[in-house]
Amino acid sequence: MLRLSDRRLMFKEVSEMSDNKSTENKGTAAKDNEEKRVGVFVCECGLNIGGVVNTKAVADYIGTLPGVKVTSVNKFTCSDSGQADIQAKIKEHNLNRVVVAACSPKTHEPTFRACIEQMGLNQYFLEFVNIRDHCSWIHMWEKEKATEKAKDLVRMGVERSKLLEPLQASEVPVTDKALVIGAGVAGMQSALDLADMGFQVYLVEKEPSIGGRMARFDKVFPTNDCSICILGPKMVEVARNKNIKIMSYSEVKAVDGYVGNFNVKIEHKPRYLDVAKCTGCAKCSEVCPVEVPYDFNEGFGTRKAIYVPFPQAVPLRALIDKENCINCKACAKACASGAINYDMQTSYTDLNVGVIIGAVGFKTYDPEPRHDFGYGLYDNIITAMEFERLLNAAGPTGGHVVRPSDCKEPIRVGFVNCVGSRDKNTNIYCSGVCCMYTIKNAQLLKEKRPETDHTVMYIDIRTPFRAYEESYNRSRNLGVKFLRGRPVEVKEDPVTKNIKVRVEDTLAGEMRNLEFDLLVLATGIVPNEGIGQIQQLLKLSKAADGLLMEAHPKLKPVDTTIDGVFLAGCASGPKDIPYAVSQGSACAGRATILLKNKKAITEGITAVVNPDVCVGCQVCVPMCPFQAIKFDEKENKANVLKALCKGCGTCVAACPTGALEQSHFKNNQVLAQVKNVFKFQEVAA
Amino acid sequence: MSTEATAAKPAQGGNGWEPNILAFCCNWCSYAGADLAGVSRFQYPATVKILRVMCSSRVEPAFILKALKDGADGVLIAGCHIGDCHYIDGNKNAEVRINNTRKALAKLGFDKRLRLEWVSASEGLRFSEVIKEFTEEIKNLGQNPVKIDIKPQMNADERRLNASSVRSAANVQGSE
Repeated sequence: MLRLSDRRLMFKEVSEMSDNKSTENKGTAAKDNEEKRVGVFVCECGLNIGGVVNTKAVADYIGTLPGVKVTSVNKFTCSDSGQADIQAKIKEHNLNRVVVAACSPKTHEPTFRACIEQMGLNQYFLEFVNIRDHCSWIHMWEKEKATEKAKDLVRMGVERSKLLEPLQASEVPVTDKALVIGAGVAGMQSALDLADMGFQVYLVEKEPSIGGRMARFDKVFPTNDCSICILGPKMVEVARNKNIKIMSYSEVKAVDGYVGNFNVKIEHKPRYLDVAKCTGCAKCSEVCPVEVPYDFNEGFGTRKAIYVPFPQAVPLRALIDKENCINCKACAKACASGAINYDMQTSYTDLNVGVIIGAVGFKTYDPEPRHDFGYGLYDNIITAMEFERLLNAAGPTGGHVVRPSDCKEPIRVGFVNCVGSRDKNTNIYCSGVCCMYTIKNAQLLKEKRPETDHTVMYIDIRTPFRAYEESYNRSRNLGVKFLRGRPVEVKEDPVTKNIKVRVEDTLAGEMRNLEFDLLVLATGIVPNEGIGQIQQLLKLSKAADGLLMEAHPKLKPVDTTIDGVFLAGCASGPKDIPYAVSQGSACAGRATILLKNKKAITEGITAVVNPDVCVGCQVCVPMCPFQAIKFDEKENKANVLKALCKGCGTCVAACPTGALEQSHFKNNQVLAQVKNVFKFQEVAA
Repeated sequence: MSTEATAAKPAQGGNGWEPNILAFCCNWCSYAGADLAGVSRFQYPATVKILRVMCSSRVEPAFILKALKDGADGVLIAGCHIGDCHYIDGNKNAEVRINNTRKALAKLGFDKRLRLEWVSASEGLRFSEVIKEFTEEIKNLGQNPVKIDIKPQMNADERRLNASSVRSAANVQGSE
């Protein structure tokens, strides 16, 4: 518990806070004596603000506040002329504080910081007031109230600005190594680009082989090239690249540190054989007596308990699935190179990297639990991913699409789009790729066996990118039928095991009863397993749909709110292959800025200890989530390590004596805002 | 998120009084959530003012007391969802701190004027709903007694809020 003396100090602090007199810290008061000359720049943002808020009235009112030397209204303050206006007024009125009332600081705070810094002002002398996102846009029909609110918000900003103190952004060194999590096509692209630029890359993949989902596809739209034929060489290129260290069958277990200096713990799951000795000959698989469903083929066909993941796997090495192994040791006898080691343990590697790229991928929606459209109830309903494996020449049936009930090749094939997408009960978003892969799948089967008859049941057909619409037209020309409507009833004929579908043809405006030999569900893209764990390890934000959030949906699509962490591929939303590859390259480009400069600029906002006030109670020490507060036993004072401090202010709020302050969010600065929230209304009343 | 929610014009309010609410929003989730509410045009009462802090755990009991003393009818603290905190577990500290403050305020009958919510950067709609809900709640409570009525009453209330015992109770930190 706190000592009495500490509490007294606290009350002193609080009563000082409540006072209208100067609340400035004695330490800084001396150098902060100069008169505050505030310039206020109100932005109309075209009609975004100006159409609702009476900006002129706001500026007029603010001009009456003490310390405000000049106010100005601009159509677009962020434009060159708007910024020039700020700079001219700084010069003309010798301003030392600038308040910009405009959009969100998330959009333009850096713009205006740079703008005032050019004029020799410390960039932290800018106060940004949000009168668009937090005012004009959400009070669109209450113009007067919005104007009053804008006055209040700007007044809060003005009062706070007078108390702002100069801060210096600090530089941290950047380790010129990168970690890429996930070796799907996006992650591989990032790794290759970074490696080709000369940086050391660690490529961590939780599966035994790199390649990701794309390795399982048969052909890829819109040009229908063989997926593994174009991916395989890339996988080999990754393996061959001297700057890439592949860590397959491994997972990230802990991430510590900050931009430029992340400490990462990687767990290597045991393969139960020596990777250096194994040649991938698969002799062991031949003798293994255990057969289990082959996950790579979506559960169709079997693999052995010791197996090479798939023929093109990189690294081409076997592994033992210990869950199903019966310890007969037949594989050890069969292995010519003596690679088998049943006692292998989980091992760990500690890495130090400067940047992290998360390319953790996706999985397809599983219709089994909800039995969407009868999946899991009737044999002859499969998912598109299962169809993909059946279509594949290296798949369980050698490329013959058969129906599960009797292994006969179907004639009438139905496709249902938007399963697990665009549906309030599952995911509301559009997965973006299902229309195209359904078009492709129908096309491929039609080309293989022209006697087949295909019906695609869709809500909308979405073909937005290059050569997509052409592919759709090609399907139609081939005779694939497109029916706009969602099945309302799916039943199985108990004798023939055919699937009977009742569907409304919404274009013709009539109900149709159709019968198919095989029904294929176009399942959507959902967040991968373990995405939550990665999110927590990297401290990213997750949207309600379970996907990770980018820093800005338009302008920073691969950045995250964590400096030095980037996202590529489906982790941040459904994407097709070209999009995922572009993002992989984009991440590499963004990461290179840090890796090449060998330094990163971090915000100047940290906690600061006033040693004169600190009584060494150590309340703050356990509060810090980043272990940035070290207690100095000799001096009996707390000490903030600036490089580790992220500036959250948890310790500051905990400090009973007020010795800790958060720079840029000091008690007096926040209280200046609090005090001014409701002032205007009182005056007006 | 329905489009109706975006476009719906607010029902014309009754006879004027709308509760003044001060919302402390963390920079990473809730402030961005409020931005998203703006971008999506999810309308909410204009009597809410947002104050940005880096983390919900930065909010000190003193800020809340000061706001209530200065006439805020309600104080909202909004942070990231538990587990999503930009600072690992700052929001957990905030939860303990705000709950303690609420306990202290309960003695004065101000506890219902303090609310803690988790709003993520993607929950623009939720942000506007939270604001609307809290506004309704405060409307039922009525105005902050500190600012209404005659002077002596106001001084008495102010004195009550100034009582050091409240602050000490509110400021007991969540490190235990």
